[in-house]
Amino acid sequence: MTARRRVSLMVTCLGDLFFPDVGFSIVRLLRRLDVVVDVPPAQTCCGLPLFNSGYHAEARAVAARTAELFRDSEHVVVPSGSCAWMVKHEYPGLLAESGLAALAGEVAARTYELSQFLVRVLGATRFTSAVPGRVTYHDSCHLLRGLHESRSPRTLLENLSGAELVDLPGADECCGFGGSFSVRLPEVSTQILDKKLANVEATGAGCLVACDAGCLMQMRGGLTRRKSPVRALHLAEVLDGGRP
Amino acid sequence: MVDIARRAGARMAVKSKSMATEEIDLNEALEREGITPVETDLGEYIIQLAHERPSHIIAPAIHKTKGQVAELFSRELKRPVEADPEELTRIARAELRQKFLQADIGITGANFAVADTGTVVLVTNEGNGRMVTSLPRVHVAVMGAEKVVPSMTDLMVFLAILAKSATGQKLSVYTTLVRGPRRAGELEGPEEFHLVLLDSGRIAQLGGPLREALSCLRCGACLNVCPVYRQIGGHAYGHTYPGPIGILLTAMLEGTGSVKELAHASSLCGACADACPVRIDIPKMLIELRREVGDQKIAPWIERVTFKLLAQVLVRPALYRLAARVGRVLQRPFARGGTISGLPLFLDDWTRTRDLPPVAARTFQERWAAEREAAP
Repeated sequence: MTARRRVSLMVTCLGDLFFPDVGFSIVRLLRRLDVVVDVPPAQTCCGLPLFNSGYHAEARAVAARTAELFRDSEHVVVPSGSCAWMVKHEYPGLLAESGLAALAGEVAARTYELSQFLVRVLGATRFTSAVPGRVTYHDSCHLLRGLHESRSPRTLLENLSGAELVDLPGADECCGFGGSFSVRLPEVSTQILDKKLANVEATGAGCLVACDAGCLMQMRGGLTRRKSPVRALHLAEVLDGGRP
Repeated sequence: MVDIARRAGARMAVKSKSMATEEIDLNEALEREGITPVETDLGEYIIQLAHERPSHIIAPAIHKTKGQVAELFSRELKRPVEADPEELTRIARAELRQKFLQADIGITGANFAVADTGTVVLVTNEGNGRMVTSLPRVHVAVMGAEKVVPSMTDLMVFLAILAKSATGQKLSVYTTLVRGPRRAGELEGPEEFHLVLLDSGRIAQLGGPLREALSCLRCGACLNVCPVYRQIGGHAYGHTYPGPIGILLTAMLEGTGSVKELAHASSLCGACADACPVRIDIPKMLIELRREVGDQKIAPWIERVTFKLLAQVLVRPALYRLAARVGRVLQRPFARGGTISGLPLFLDDWTRTRDLPPVAARTFQERWAAEREAAP
């Protein structure tokens, strides 16, 4: 018998504060796959908002703390492509200056965005949809162009029992969130969003799926504002329809 | 440059498309000397008639409709002109043919220069580059000092890359190679040739954080895919070079202070870096510029204080938990039906156009801790 896999969930600041249900969906999904899940206590943020705005000394302090929390984790699973990118792509360089290059490198190597972990590590691709009917998928920028991942989420959605995946025109184009960009240039951010949402509504899908809490905040905020019937959900919530 | 034109006794200068001359405001300088600059690239010709600046690195008049171009031509020719691109091109061609023959001096940019043969290379799709470099008595080429490639073999690679990324062509229609003035026995070409190299902060970046941007071929691919450029257009950037690469070039040419706001005019979506044929990591350098803007205290103090406070909260979980509780109290008047649709003052930047999720009644970690306690 092989040992059960162990996952530490990095819930992320947006996941913790605004989308707690996403975290619990992930826990349920992983437990159904016989994975042992823990949540290292006292998590805050990966530091990406500070890093992207150019506050690197501050981001380094936050990153050092977060890397330390996951020092002993076998696998780290993150619900957002952007936070996973931060850990995998930026932690090693950022933390080298604090003498934590080794720790950063180890944590980076063991960190996965959720869809990548499910498909590429666990080989789990059969799930039951929590939202029957047509769904469409938006590629989050950091997952797509940062982690070069467009396949895993689609594999999961294509195989999703009870749902039909339809292509989103311009799926790889930004939703206009961009962290602080969304409030520094709110008009431009919203114009980019409007284009995205027009594409979404044209698909006829009832549900828009994304793998990043930032994009979800932006797209859901736009959809509910325009009283659209389309729901924007995190991949984990969509996969969480019970045992297949 | 003005001296060269003056010595040549020039009264009219024909120009082929050149962003380098835009960068140094050459047209204005020539006009002050009583020398009439005439843009001969169709797009540049259009915006010169409109007294505007290029809004795109390779398609300077991309912001104009054919109707607007017809209006401009009608005004210039004092007769009605049909809004038909072929007809408009024919008219411009006829007008420009006269200018080529009249001009005393031809001014071009340079897409590349080849070090081992001393060749200046110009690509165009309209053939105007050929006319500008062969008809007037004097030819002046202006180029950024970074445009030198080692050999003809390298040039072939870059020509293919440039054409493909700029216009989706295998090769531009005209590739003009110039190695100086007319030589003894030659029938064509200028009597004088001058090459002007621009530094303007470029050479300093050989060891600087924007070094990669020196590889830019000016193909414009990053503009075409940029969601921000696509919404706001090139003029909104307010400098010679628009788009994502334009922000880096502006910082290089005019200093970090000039991009304190522009450095944030990107969602960092990375489409630019993906489209770039020479793999310039534009988002990385935009972040670097943001860092400089913060470090040099060019950023507004309120922003710097906000981010530093945020960092203090994020390294202290007790403060983070407290902030969540405070947020829940403060949002109470605004959260209705599980969503926040309006916030007061500057906080409205998000909620003017989008709903905001409220801080959850119980955060993930609060719920997780409670469940652990209930069933350890």
